[in-house]
Amino acid sequence: MRADVERDICIGAGMCVLTAPAVFDQDDDGIVVVLTEEIAPGDEAAVRRAVTLCPSGAIRPPRLQAGQ
Amino acid sequence: MTETPVMPLHMRRERFDPVEELARAREGEGVTRIMTIFGTPAYLVSRYEDVREVLSDATRFSNAGSQPVLHSDTLSKEERARLQAGQLLAYDPPEHTRLRRMLTPEFTVRRMRRLEPRIVEIVDAALDDLERAGKPADLVSHFALPVPSLVICELLGVPYSDREAFQRRTGRLLDASLPLEQRTAAQLENREYMGHLVERARVEPGEDMLGMLVREHGDDLTDAELAGVSSLLLLAGHETTSNMLGLGTLALLRHPDQLALVRDDPEQVEPAVEELLRWLSIVHSGVPRTTTTEVEIAGQTVPEGSQLILALPAANRDPDFVDDPERLDVTRGAAGHLAFGHGVHHCLGAPLARMEMRIAFPALLRRFPGLALAVPYEEIEFKAFHVVYGVRELPVTW
Repeated sequence: MRADVERDICIGAGMCVLTAPAVFDQDDDGIVVVLTEEIAPGDEAAVRRAVTLCPSGAIRPPRLQAGQ
Repeated sequence: MTETPVMPLHMRRERFDPVEELARAREGEGVTRIMTIFGTPAYLVSRYEDVREVLSDATRFSNAGSQPVLHSDTLSKEERARLQAGQLLAYDPPEHTRLRRMLTPEFTVRRMRRLEPRIVEIVDAALDDLERAGKPADLVSHFALPVPSLVICELLGVPYSDREAFQRRTGRLLDASLPLEQRTAAQLENREYMGHLVERARVEPGEDMLGMLVREHGDDLTDAELAGVSSLLLLAGHETTSNMLGLGTLALLRHPDQLALVRDDPEQVEPAVEELLRWLSIVHSGVPRTTTTEVEIAGQTVPEGSQLILALPAANRDPDFVDDPERLDVTRGAAGHLAFGHGVHHCLGAPLARMEMRIAFPALLRRFPGLALAVPYEEIEFKAFHVVYGVRELPVTW
């Protein structure tokens, strides 16, 4: 699974950083950055929670990689 | 113009609970026609899924669509423009995005963690003050209000010594039972006060948020916008967290088993704060939305140009959102409540509010393990007709 974000619509609420800190961070402007494109199996549930919690919809549902 | 407004359905509560009529509206038709306090017709949206959908979609549901700023008809066009400038909640994207993006760096998770030690100090000092005051003491004026007030004043760069004046003005602005003229006048006075602080920051920008805005965005923002943004942050930083601390403490005192969990188990603090946010939903509705097109909500057609009021307490107690929603259960750990809103206008200060509460509740309960009401529960007065729900005073002993 790969993390997918839309930085253009991020409002910097930081919910993703609190929910899945191994996968998401904020840059100095507060906008989401992906720390690791590859989501470790142990983080998948947290990423899905971050998708639900993200107020702006900037955290997209994780994508399946080609071949998966 | 000076007649007393009637309390609309979405603001009506019985102590901690939304009135039954509101639950019936949610379980029944889902979208209910109501009159606002200004006597204008509106649709009340009360189911969790529907409220979340409206909040998520700033294109079909506009904040700027109708009278976005509280004002009376007596104001000039210039005064109205001044009240709207910098008022994040009165704009849609992309205007909203422009303003919000200037503020997001100040509320990142990292910035909040840096503030943590100072918030701990402020909380401890307030608890010392409460202890010195001696029992019985009012928890609101010694703890629930001073903690968030000092935090936001330091963060913004507002002299804490001015607090009594602006707290009084803000109290008038948010008292929905007052005639609109009085509330508007309080809002203009707040803006004028902040205008002086902006002038000062233009000359000598400090290390606070006002100084940062002047340094980083001083050329892009007008003085009116700077005053508008700062007024909103000052108001929001006070009213919400202070009411959560006061009402939240009362809720815990009424549920001793839950209080013990928050006091004794550090792991329980974070879910407890989220559950208190959900169960109390102190903001009744936030800013009304206006439909930009004909829409369907809860199976009903709502015409373009309609005003929507979002019943946050009803949505947060929707059985389709959580099981047994009327029960306060600090172990619930349910994510996704709408107490901070949702969508692009989701509370900017949410990370700050959460941190203040996560520090303040356990610190209070550990300092005073025998904390109890100093008067019978029935005598506690709830702020019935206020934009943000809470208690006026909370006399406690220990």
